[in-house]
Amino acid sequence: MLNFSDLLPYTDVFLGGLATTLQLTLLTTVLGVIVGTLCASIRQYGNKPSQRAVAAYVELIRNTPFIVQLFFIFFGLPSIGLLLTPWQASVIALTINLGAYSTEIIRAGLSNIPKGQWEAAKVLGMNFRQTLVRVVFTPAFEKIYPALTSQCIIVMLGSAVLSQISVQDLTYAANLVQSRNFRAFESYVVTALMYLGLAMLMRYIFGLIGKRVFAFREAS
Amino acid sequence: MIEFSNWDILRNLLFAMQWTILLSLIAFISGTSVALGLTAVRLTRNPVMTRFVKVYVELFQGTPLLMQMFLCFFGLSMIGYEISAWGAAILSLTLFTSAFLVEIWRGCIDTLPKGQWEASRVLGLSFLQTLRHVILPQATRVAFAPTVGFSVQVVKGTALASVIGFVELTKAGTMLNNATFEPFKVFAFVALLYFALCYPLSLCSKYLEKKYHVAR
Repeated sequence: MLNFSDLLPYTDVFLGGLATTLQLTLLTTVLGVIVGTLCASIRQYGNKPSQRAVAAYVELIRNTPFIVQLFFIFFGLPSIGLLLTPWQASVIALTINLGAYSTEIIRAGLSNIPKGQWEAAKVLGMNFRQTLVRVVFTPAFEKIYPALTSQCIIVMLGSAVLSQISVQDLTYAANLVQSRNFRAFESYVVTALMYLGLAMLMRYIFGLIGKRVFAFREAS
Repeated sequence: MIEFSNWDILRNLLFAMQWTILLSLIAFISGTSVALGLTAVRLTRNPVMTRFVKVYVELFQGTPLLMQMFLCFFGLSMIGYEISAWGAAILSLTLFTSAFLVEIWRGCIDTLPKGQWEASRVLGLSFLQTLRHVILPQATRVAFAPTVGFSVQVVKGTALASVIGFVELTKAGTMLNNATFEPFKVFAFVALLYFALCYPLSLCSKYLEKKYHVAR
């Protein structure tokens, strides 16, 4: 029969796992979106070879499973001399993954900016970098903000796989607990609900941030 | 110790890839069927049923696929339902696929202007007739590209079945790695094979998107 009270002694284990998952998510969301913004700018405005390189990166990551990317980075790279801790490998793998997806999303936003905005900025004497940062980015990000939010949440959920290279995240905690008290169903249900809560929380916080950042638009 | 040539590695991976393909196909087909059913339920606009579909989607989109697999595999057998890794993989991938497809198709149906429903009503078409002659022909055209696009996620999702011990491409990769100690080569091969499966689907989705976008 179901018995959730057996999980209570392991509250600390779950909370520790939750903290790790949160930290990794926070860190890689920031890093991933930065990588995505840079790559999207190159993909949209760079020269031909660099555009091709970014396109290859995006397609390669988007068409292979995250777990294989993770194994390649964690198990594969040491054999060519790049030794990584599980934590480092996780941050790299998550950043590369989110970077590729957000490149594609942000690029869609950039390509949506009317040409007239660029011309107007040029007439006002702004150079390329100023135009990009002050004129183009805000409306571009506003447009793709919901898609970017969803992608960040998907990457957070994907981070469950990190338990496979012994990162002590929420999934690792669930496995640990069920191996101790044999309450597999209860342990996984509770963990799944924690992930669900985390996903809802992320959507809520992203919403708040979005409202604040893009507030001036709603006022006008 | 047995020596593994490149061909040996590739041969074994290709053999295991058959299971990835089979698992993807079954998961996609059963996921589509469940999603069709749920979409039909949603279209009835019964508040209780709509709510159910909403919770279903939220539940399976908001939890990691890996967690769903663990629940199906370890969890179900702990509460008395014996299930193989193969069965657990199919079950969890079906739930996962259907939750996403329902949501994708909802978007496709909702993009059609409400006036179409009203116009059909005025013309005396019943609910089913409206669906059959007005809504579905348009919605399916819009839905085609994102559905094919999502199939890439299904193929990638099957990689997680390796964690519960089902021997498909990724699991074969880890096993070969343990035998050869050449992780760089083995996982590069594995990644390339997945790429070979997924990239054509991605291209196809892009092509369909262009084609139907112009036609509309």
